Order: sequence, then structure tokens, then C-alpha cells
Amino acid sequence: MTHSALTIAAAVRAGERSAVDVVDEHLDAIAGRESEIHAFVTVLADEARAAAAAIDRAVADGSDPGPLTGVPIALKDNLCTRGIPTTCSSSILEGWRPPYDATVVSRVLAAGAVLVGKTNLDEFAMGSSTENSAFGPTRNPRDPARVPGGSSGGSAAAVAAGFAPISLGSDTGGSIRQPASFCGVVGIKPTYGLVSRYGLVAFASSLDQVGPFAATVADAALLLEVIAGHDQLDSTSIDAASPDLVSQLDHGVEGLRVGVLSELMADGIDADVRRRVTQAADALSAAGAKVEEASVPATRYGLSAYYLIAPAEASSNLARYDGVRYGLRVDAANTALMNEASRTAGFGPEVKRRIMLGTYALSAGYYDAYYAKAQRVRTLIICDFAAAYEQFDVLLAPTAPSTAFAFGAKDDPMSMYLSDVCTIPSNLAGDPAISVPFGTGDDGLPVGVQLLGPARSEATLLRAGAVLESAASAAGVR
Amino acid sequence: MTTMEGWETVIGLEVHVELATATKLFCGCPNQFGDEPNTNICPVCLGLPGSLPVLNRRAVELAMRLAVALHLEVRPSIFHRKNYFYPDMPKDYQTSQYDQPITVDGFLELPDGFRVGIERAHLEEDTGKTTHVGGGGRIHDAQHSLVDYNRAGVPLLEIVSRPDLRSAEQARAYASELRAILTAAGVSDAKMEEGSMRVDANVSVRPVGTAELGTRCEIKNLNSIRSLGRAIDYEALRQVDLLDAGERVIQQTRHWNEDEGRTHTLRSKEEAYDYRYFPEPDLVPVAPSDEWLESVQATVPAMPAERRARLAEITGVAPSDVALVVARDLDVFVLDAIAGGGDPIRLLTRAEHDLADGSGRLTVDAFAALSRLEVDGALTATQAKAVLARLVADGGAPSEVAAAMGFEAVDTDALGQVVDQAIAANPDAWTKYLAGDQKVTGVFVGAVMKATKGNADGKAVQALLRDRAEAG
Amino acid sequence: MPDRITRDDVAHVADLARLALSDDELDRFTDQLAAVLDHAEDIDALDIDDVAPTAHPLPLLNVLRDDEVRPSLDRDEVLASAPAVEDHRFRVPPVLGEAP
Ligand SMILES: [Mg+2]
Ligand SMILES: [Zn+2]
Repeated sequence: MTHSALTIAAAVRAGERSAVDVVDEHLDAIAGRESEIHAFVTVLADEARAAAAAIDRAVADGSDPGPLTGVPIALKDNLCTRGIPTTCSSSILEGWRPPYDATVVSRVLAAGAVLVGKTNLDEFAMGSSTENSAFGPTRNPRDPARVPGGSSGGSAAAVAAGFAPISLGSDTGGSIRQPASFCGVVGIKPTYGLVSRYGLVAFASSLDQVGPFAATVADAALLLEVIAGHDQLDSTSIDAASPDLVSQLDHGVEGLRVGVLSELMADGIDADVRRRVTQAADALSAAGAKVEEASVPATRYGLSAYYLIAPAEASSNLARYDGVRYGLRVDAANTALMNEASRTAGFGPEVKRRIMLGTYALSAGYYDAYYAKAQRVRTLIICDFAAAYEQFDVLLAPTAPSTAFAFGAKDDPMSMYLSDVCTIPSNLAGDPAISVPFGTGDDGLPVGVQLLGPARSEATLLRAGAVLESAASAAGVR
Repeated sequence: MTTMEGWETVIGLEVHVELATATKLFCGCPNQFGDEPNTNICPVCLGLPGSLPVLNRRAVELAMRLAVALHLEVRPSIFHRKNYFYPDMPKDYQTSQYDQPITVDGFLELPDGFRVGIERAHLEEDTGKTTHVGGGGRIHDAQHSLVDYNRAGVPLLEIVSRPDLRSAEQARAYASELRAILTAAGVSDAKMEEGSMRVDANVSVRPVGTAELGTRCEIKNLNSIRSLGRAIDYEALRQVDLLDAGERVIQQTRHWNEDEGRTHTLRSKEEAYDYRYFPEPDLVPVAPSDEWLESVQATVPAMPAERRARLAEITGVAPSDVALVVARDLDVFVLDAIAGGGDPIRLLTRAEHDLADGSGRLTVDAFAALSRLEVDGALTATQAKAVLARLVADGGAPSEVAAAMGFEAVDTDALGQVVDQAIAANPDAWTKYLAGDQKVTGVFVGAVMKATKGNADGKAVQALLRDRAEAG
Repeated sequence: MPDRITRDDVAHVADLARLALSDDELDRFTDQLAAVLDHAEDIDALDIDDVAPTAHPLPLLNVLRDDEVRPSLDRDEVLASAPAVEDHRFRVPPVLGEAP
């Protein structure tokens, strides 16, 4: 599938292509390879054809459905879709049909997008490989023996496999950027509060953000424009209109101050990945940016802070899955035992592990030592980033320590957690970051480079991302 | 038989009130009592995955109104999550204010002038309602339970007093006064019978004269002001009993059983639950600006204590003597009638005794005029009462109503003649009266009343009798 | 840093979280949680008591909505997702004891 969302929308809006044809092409691609990749929890073939036909009628009637007219889209299955199962890849929510749409879902549908399916994820977005799905793992389209990354592995794989030109994921500690890197696509973790969380099933509320995947920087920018902007249903939503992103993409990086984040170019990051980051720095420099080494010392504490804060919030967010109102119930003699039986049967081991960790971090006698301490570290990280952004407009770093790893390679939880080390700092700071494919590693698998910026610097990050995208393609590294 | 002799009871009250908002605390569902089960629910108050809370501005304003009424300081505040599993709580945590409540440090003044300290009043959400089916509706014997989430997410203020109360009577007075304040300020309808005001009591005892507080027990399930008083009396005696027997009071939560008239253990402090409070990440801090606070302040009416003070000052009686009139919201009516030339004491007396159901069609002018007729002796107390009843029911002017009822005022000359006739008809009694025997007064008053068909003023008759006696 | 997490701590936490763990799981979780908490020793070493905690990355204040009624959900649609329903209410097994 070579057509971008921008070209599809332009063609369908102009009446040059029918949305039904576009959808059929993508459904064909799904039919061809989905059994191998398993990007989806639910494929919505009939619904997608019906929605596409409605788009075609609207266009024929002279109306303009919007900037995503006729563009197939895949949604991570932790975004609520009215009447359509939303599972979070968990047995505990199997079969649950939300009675409402997430704000981002309403927005993409209102912009004319056609929903082709709900994508697989690590259960409740907890994981970095999509191996933690209750419905089986997703495979990396670039090498089916490897993981697609996670937790939004299904959404990344759907774009990489050409099942949809764009998709949405969620990023709590890297869950968009790391799979984007592994699958060779573009992924954006927006500024906290730029995109509404209403209808995103919560993992860690103070870290979660919804963001786009796309094959190109321009498509990612387009999709972010559609979903961003204030939502009165989310108290933590920034009270501002959606930013202009697409129109600024070709503005280049002349004079841009770029810092290469030294803390993330150290041991623990594979040499081939570091080499690509260095080449990306050179490419930005060649395009007129001023590139220097940068330091954000407190980022080295990010992992510890994250693995206390995120589980703590998760332990509370996931309490509601108690078998009373929706989802799985395992009957028992009394309600407390029913809660326990339902949760024990419904949650997988990683979710249980994080609930346990978070419950412990919040419990009497440990709150100050763990949760409160982690929140203070969060302040340090925010301050150190702020200091760096006095000197630099953007920071450059690897997206992940390695290329996509093999299934089962990280069966020890701590080693899996370490694979989030490059992405976690942005979530703790609430700042935006994007991952752009930039060549491959020694194993021939995609490497993503990460651009980080201060709050609401998406336009700048995307401009720099566009420069890297063309540099990579000019060098033939893709 | 244990008595409280030598012991002092120390009481602090925690009162939860449902706020008089149109919608719930964090969503737009109606805040309404008595609707069909599970009709006022949405993703937010049902705790559906993905839903998020947005705070109701009116709920914050009502907290600010209570702050004005209870002299509390309004502070920057945040919400916490209080985590525990219970089927009536859709998210299995309660969103509540914890260590940074919106209002702190005020007081409530009882009608007798005693000030009860208020530690804090904070915002939180209510739970749903569980009905236990089978086993006579008791939780322990139920076969299963049914949950209705209409009440889940209804805004509450939890108002925590300091342990300043010293008797069941004082605690009852506090609860009544708080209810009056809540309704006057428009914060809550505060109906204990509908559960929109729920009172828990922390009770301890200590030997009279000691400063140290005893170990307290928290009493729950107090469904009326009467049970509040009964439960405190019971609990204080129970604790004294223990201490007299050389035992210890164990800090615990106890349940009041109205039918049995006793409290029993719910759980002890040793089993205190670990709620794992942490700041609610889905909400942002609330810090009302000075301008906002001032604009709210301007719309809060005078509270009962202030109204009692004003009425007492103008009528020259003690504040506690006007409490009932203020409680009936008749103070402004009485003050207007005083301003219209009415007699303060007569007006107060009539308002207290004869206007239990309000002023009806009675006008301020008519009320003032009636009190003058009574003072002037044109109407007796009995007649004034009758006229007042008619005025409340039908309206009109008191003189016309009195005339229509046949209450002709008897003039002093005519009354003097009737009195003289009564003296002449009862010579023995008159001799006793002259000798200072006041008991025979009734003989003459009775005779005069009979002759005038009750239209004479008893006090005027007595005055004439004294005149005649002095004249010899 | 608090004492190393014990098997009893893990059992207690499982209880709070309403999760039933087998003996094997208890052992495994104890080791795995200890590994994460050991890693967190790096932040324990930091002397940052004077640093304010960040609960939230956005400095927002007073986000409020007007007190206006919005449509509630259709009861039948909601109850259709419920595991057990009786009399238009969510049915649960007996509830032991009052809320804590
Ligand atoms: Mg409370
Ligand atoms: Zn609601």
C-alpha cells in the first residue's frame, strides 16, 4: 500500500477515487496477511465498507467529510468505540461494548476516516512487545520472528503492513514511539494534555497520551491535527485549539539548536542504534541545524520513577474491573470473593505484577519512600529538561536501545522494563517526542530516532522529523 | 446502675450532606432523589473504562457558601483517591479531598451562644445504593444484593466539627443548627430522613476536670436527630461502665441500632483499612480567587445566629428566646411589623405561639395593627388569637375582622359599671379581696366576663378592681 | 529505603488488590517486585526532600463545568453489559460487612 492518507483524502474528496475502493484495497491487504501478523483484535470489514459507502454518498452529494475523507484507520483496542468491542487485549473486558465513543474516535470519524479495526496491545497497555495480549502476540511485519514492540504493537504493525495508512495508539512510557521504531513507521507522543484522554482506557493517568502512527511524517502530522485540541470532557486537556502542523512541515531546520542527549547515547544502547542517531545528527547539521551534545542528568532516574508512578496509578485505575458492572465475572460465595475470583481469572501476569507493585508503592508506610519520592524525581526531570531547553530547541536520542527483539527474548520483567529507558523521560516531563525511521540496524531491522522538545513543540519536532525522513530516503537507508 | 456522675462526655460530629446542585459532582447526570434505579448514570458516574471526571462549578460554590456561613477559610485544594473495594462504588475508589480540603477552621454558633469549632468541610462524591435481598433485608443474612448507581457521584460536603460538644443535647442542638444553616445558605436540603444529611458521632468520656481526651468510638447509622441523642447517651454510659469496671475503651467504629437502643461493634482500629490515598491525577487543583469568593459572599443571606442576634437586640430579649421564630423564618416578618409600629413582645409571642405554619395571608401591616389592638386593650389575648387565625387564613384588616367576629371592645367607663355591679353582687368576696386575698380575684373577673360575653380585657378588669380597692 | 519486600508483604498487597495468588506466584512476584524495588535504590539515594513532588505535568487550575444536566445513558444498553441484573439493578452475591 503506497498511498498516503493525504493523497487518499485528496483523491476521495475530489471524487477521483471512491472510499469503498480504498477500503477494499486495505481489507484485501488485511485478508492477505493478518493471519500471520495478528495486528487486530477485531476487524470491522462490513462496517468499514458501509462507512466508506456513506462517505462516497456524502462526497457525491457535494459535502466534504473532512481532512481524513475515506482514509482507513486502525485504533488501538484501548480506545472506546460505541457498540464495538473494546477489550484492552484483556480477558476481563472480553465482549464489552462501550456505550460511548472516545473523543479521539469521534474526531477521526467526524473528519471522514473509516474504521477498519481495533488493534492488539499488551494487556491494558502494560508491556513493550505486545506479547502480553490475552489474545496472542502481534508479529512484526518487517520480520515476523520479532516482536512489533509495544504496547501499541498492533497499531504500529497495521501501518507497517499496509493494513491502514494511519492508526492511533497510546503512549504511557513509550508505547507509541518504541513500536514505531521497531516497525519502521512514524509515531508521536504528543504533549500531555494536547490530545483528549476521554475514552482512552486509563493505564497511568498522569502519563497517558493518545497519538498517531503513520508511514510518513506528513500523515502523522495530519492525524495529530485532527485529534488535538481542547476537550471539555477531560480536565487535564490544554485549553487551546489544535496546532497548525502540516503547513509548517517543509520549513526546514535552518538555525535550529539540536542537542544530542548524552545520557541516552551511553552503555545499554546498542552500537548500531547509536550510529544511526549520530548519522541523524549529521543529517540535521547538513540541513542547517546547530548540533551539540546535551545533558539532562535526571533522565537517568526516569526508569525508577516511572516504575513506581505508573503502577501506582494503574493499581487504582484497574480496581474497577471487579465483576460487578461489566466484563468478566467469576461467581463466588460473596462479593469480595467474586471480585477476587474475577480479577484473578481476568488479568494476565504482567497486569497483576504492576497492580501489586503499585499497591505496594502506595501502601501505608511505603508511600513516602516510593510514590512520593518518585514524584520528587519527576520534578527533577522536569527541571533538567527545562534547563536543556534554554540551550536547545530539540533533543535527539535513540527511540529504543535496540532494534526489534525476538519473541520471548525478555521474559524477565526487569529486562523488558529496561527497554523503555529512552522513551520514559518525555512521559514523566509531559513533553512531546516523535520517533522517525532512520535506516536499519546491523540485523537489517528498522531503527527509529527520537526527537524530544518542550511542551507544545510538536510543529518543530515534525519539521525536524521531515528533514530526517527525506535524509533517510535520499541516503537509501530504508 | 451506672451514672455519668463525675464523668464528662466529649463529642465531635462528622456530617455528610448532599449538595443542592442540579447535577452530580463530576458529570452532568441529574442529582435527584427517588428516580427509577440506574436511570441517572453515564460513563463517568458508572466508572466505565476511559471515563474522566470534570468538577461541577456549582458544587465548589456551595462549599464556598458553607464557608461563609460557618466562618471557614477557603483554601487552595486538591482531590485524592481513597482506594477500597465496595460494590456501591463504581471505580472502587472514592474521589475525595484529603490533606488539602477546600475549607478549614471555622465555627458554628448555637442559639445559646456556644461556639462549636469546625475543623474542615471538604468535597467528595457519594456512593450508589445497595439493597440486600433475602434475610429480612439485613446485610449479614442477605442472599444477594442489588446496586443502583443513581446516587453514585452525587456531591457531598463532609463537615467535621472539633470535639467541642459536651452532651447529647448539645450535639442535637448542633445538628439542628447545622441543618438550619445548610438550608438557609441553599447548600443542601439537609433531610436526614432522605439521607441527604448523615451524621456520625465520635464519642469519648473522661473524668470531670481532666484535659486529656479519652479513647473515642465512632457511631454510625444515626438516622434522626433523636437517634443521635439516644446513641450518644447510650455510648457514653457504655464507656463509663467499662472504665468503672477497670476495663479499657477500644477505639472502634460502632453501629447504632435504633430498635434495640444500643450500639454494637463494626470494626476496631486495629483493623484500620489501608486506603492508599494519592492525588487524583484526573483532576486539577481548585483555588477560588478572591473575586470569586467575594461574588459568592455577596449572595449568601444572613445565617440564623446573626438573625437571632438582630431580632433579640431589637426586641430586647435573649437570642435563645427568638430561636423558634428565626427557625420558622418569621424573623424578617416580625422585624417589618415592628418597623410598622407593632409591639415587639406581642409580635414575638404571636409569631412563636400562633404562626407555627407560617404567616399565610397575614400582611405585615395587619400583624402590626393586631399587636396594637392587643396592647391598647381593644382585643383580649384570646380574641387576638382568634382574629390572627382568621387573618392567616383569609387576610384582611384586624379591626374589621374583629368587628365581624363580634369582638366589640368594651370602653373603660362601661367596664367600670360592670365591675361595680360585680362587686355589689359579691360582698363577701369583696371583703376578702380588700383583706388582700388575691384568690378571690377570679370571682369578679368571671362575673365581668360573663356579663360582657368575654369581650372584656382581663387585665383591665384587674386594674379597675385595684382602683376600687384603693378608693376604699 | 524500606526493608526488602517479603513474601508476607506480597500476600498482604494481593489481598488489598483482590488478587488470589498461588504459592508459586507469591514466590515469583516477591522476587520480581524486589528486583524493581532494588533498581529504585538509585532514587532512594537522592537527598531531595526539599524538592516539591509533581503529581501532574500540567500547571492547570480550576477546570470546572457548569451545573447543567446532560443526557444520561440508556439503562437497557448499560445493563446489557452487566454480568447479572435484577429489577433494573446490578446483582451481586452477598456483601459481607459495611464499607471500610
Ligand atoms: Mg467522607
Ligand atoms: Zn453521570
